Amino acid sequence: MTVLQRSSRVALWNPRKLFSPRTIVLIVVLAAWFVVGPSLLGAYWTRILTVSTVFAIAAAGIALLYGRLGLVSLGQVSLIGVGGWITLRVGHLGLPFELALVVAAVGTGIIGVLVGLPALRLSGLNLAIVTLMLAGAFEVVFTVTGFPNGGDGFLGRAQGGVLQQPLARPVLGTSDPEYFRYVLVVAVLMFLVIGLHLSNRPGRAWAAIRQSEAGALAAGIGTVRYRLWALAVVSATTGVAGGLLAGNAGLLDPISFKASASILLFATVLIGGAFSLLGAAIAGFLSQGLPPLLDAWGVPGNLIFVLLGLGMIQAITTAPQGIAGQLKGLVLRIGRAITSRRTR
Amino acid sequence: MTGTLTVQNLSVVYGGVKPLTDVSLTFERDVCGLVGPNGAGKTTFFNVLSGFAVAASGTLDFDGTDLLAMNAAKRARWGLRRTFQQEQVIQSLSAWDNIRLTAEHTGGGRSAVDDAVAFVGLEAVDRPGSALSMLERRLVEIAKTVCGSPQLVLLDEPGAGLDQGETERLVGLIRRIPGEFGALVILVDHDMDLVSTVCGTTAVLDFGQVIAVGPTAKVLASAEVRKAYLGTADVEAGA
Repeated sequence: MTVLQRSSRVALWNPRKLFSPRTIVLIVVLAAWFVVGPSLLGAYWTRILTVSTVFAIAAAGIALLYGRLGLVSLGQVSLIGVGGWITLRVGHLGLPFELALVVAAVGTGIIGVLVGLPALRLSGLNLAIVTLMLAGAFEVVFTVTGFPNGGDGFLGRAQGGVLQQPLARPVLGTSDPEYFRYVLVVAVLMFLVIGLHLSNRPGRAWAAIRQSEAGALAAGIGTVRYRLWALAVVSATTGVAGGLLAGNAGLLDPISFKASASILLFATVLIGGAFSLLGAAIAGFLSQGLPPLLDAWGVPGNLIFVLLGLGMIQAITTAPQGIAGQLKGLVLRIGRAITSRRTR
Repeated sequence: MTGTLTVQNLSVVYGGVKPLTDVSLTFERDVCGLVGPNGAGKTTFFNVLSGFAVAASGTLDFDGTDLLAMNAAKRARWGLRRTFQQEQVIQSLSAWDNIRLTAEHTGGGRSAVDDAVAFVGLEAVDRPGSALSMLERRLVEIAKTVCGSPQLVLLDEPGAGLDQGETERLVGLIRRIPGEFGALVILVDHDMDLVSTVCGTTAVLDFGQVIAVGPTAKVLASAEVRKAYLGTADVEAGA
C-alpha cells in the first residue's frame, strides 16, 4: 500500500523544479518527437499515434480522478463523444477550429459536472456502476442523434440525398503530419493544465479528500467545491480530446463511443499507471496503438481484450503503479548503478 | 492569552443512543484535559465541537463566537484545529505539503508553514508522508494545528503509538501552544500521567455526562472519578 500511495506524488511542473534536468530532458524528447515523429513513423503509424495522443488526454483525466481522488469513472469515452459532438456542431457554424475546441471544453466541462454530480455522494463500486450506466445512456443518445455532418437543424445531420460534409481540419494541421504535431501541442497543453492542478493547491486538496473526508474538512477544505472542480477540469480536457478526434477525420461515428470503450480505456490507465502523466501517455497508446500493432504482427485484433485482461491482473498484483512506475524504477536503478560505479 | 470555551446543556443523539447528555462546562486557560473511560463520549464531544456531529440541543460559545452556526470547514477557517485518534498524514504529499494544506485553506501563508515546522522541529520536510516515522507523523499533526492563527486546538490522543521519550517531546510542544500561538488546547488522552502533567483544568466524562470538572489533581483524586475508572468494588476494597 505504501508503495502505491507514494507513487501518487505527481510532482510534475512544480515551479521550483521548472528547470530541473528532468524537465529539460522531457522538453528535448517532446521537441524531437514533434520534429521527426511523423517521418519516423510513416503515414500509417502517424495517423495511429495521432489518435493515441488524443486518447492519452482522456486517460490523463481518468488518472487524475482515480489516482488523486480515488474515483472510478467508467464513462470518460462518452465525454470524448460529447466534446466531439460540440466541436462538429460549432465547427459547422463556421467558427475557427480552435474556437470550437474552446467551446467544446466549456460545454463538456458543464455537462461533465452535471452528470458527475453523483460523484459528490458516491465512491468505489457504486460510482463505477453509475458512471457505466450513464455511459450506456450516452451510447443510446449518440446512436439516436448521430454526429453533426454539415446538415441543418440543431442536430446538424445531412439526410436523404444531401451529401455529408466532413468538418475541415484546422489551418495549422491540414495534412496528417501537421495534424499529428497539432494534436501533440494541444495534448502537451492539456497535460500541463492537469499537471499544474496536481502539483498545486487543488492537487493537495484532492489528495486530502482521497485520504479522508473528515481530515480534509478539518483542514478547512471545501470538499464539495474541490470535487466539482476536479470534475470540471477532467471533463473540459476530455472534451478537448473529443474535439481533436472530430478534427482528425471531420466525421464521427456513434460506434466509437460505446460504453465498453470506456471500460477498455480505464483498464489501459491501470496498466499504464494511474499515478503519473507518463502512465496516461502509455494508456493512450495501449488503447489505440496496440490493436493495430497486433494486426501488423498478424495477431487477431480481438485478442486485445485478453491481453489487457492479463495486463490488468499483472498491474493489480505486481505493479500497482503500472508500466510508468516500472519504467521509473528501471531508470532509478540504472542511475544508481552508474553513480555507484563512478564512486568505486 | 487564550480564549474561553463555554459549553451549555450540550446533547448529542444518535437514534436511541445519547453519547452526550446535558454537558455543561467551561474551559478557559491554556491546556485543558478531557478524560473518561472508553465510550464515555470524549470523541463525540470533539466531533460536535469540530462540526462532525450534530448537536441535538445546547450551545457552544468561544469568546462570543457561536461555533454551532458554522460547518466543519468554516470552523477550521475560523481557527479550530483538531487531530484524530488515527493520524491523518497524507502519504503521497511531502511533510511540508501536508502542513501547507492546512495553512493555505485557513489563511496562513508560507511563513505560517515555516513557523509551524520550526516549532515542532521537523527536519527534511520534503520527504513524502509515507517515509515519516510515527513520531514525525505526530509532529506533522501538531504543526498542522498551529498554522494559520488557531484559536481552539483539539488533540485526540496525540501521543498514541509513541514511546516514553517521544511522548515527552510531544508534551513539551503541547504546553507551549497556548503561550506561543494564543490557542486554547483541549487534550483527550488515556495516559493519566500525561494529563496530570500538562492540563491545568480537567473534565471527566462518564456515560456521556460530566461527572467532575476542576483543577486536574483534585479531579483525578476524587472518589467519584476513581469509581468511574476502576469500578465500585476496587474503590471499596482500597478504602
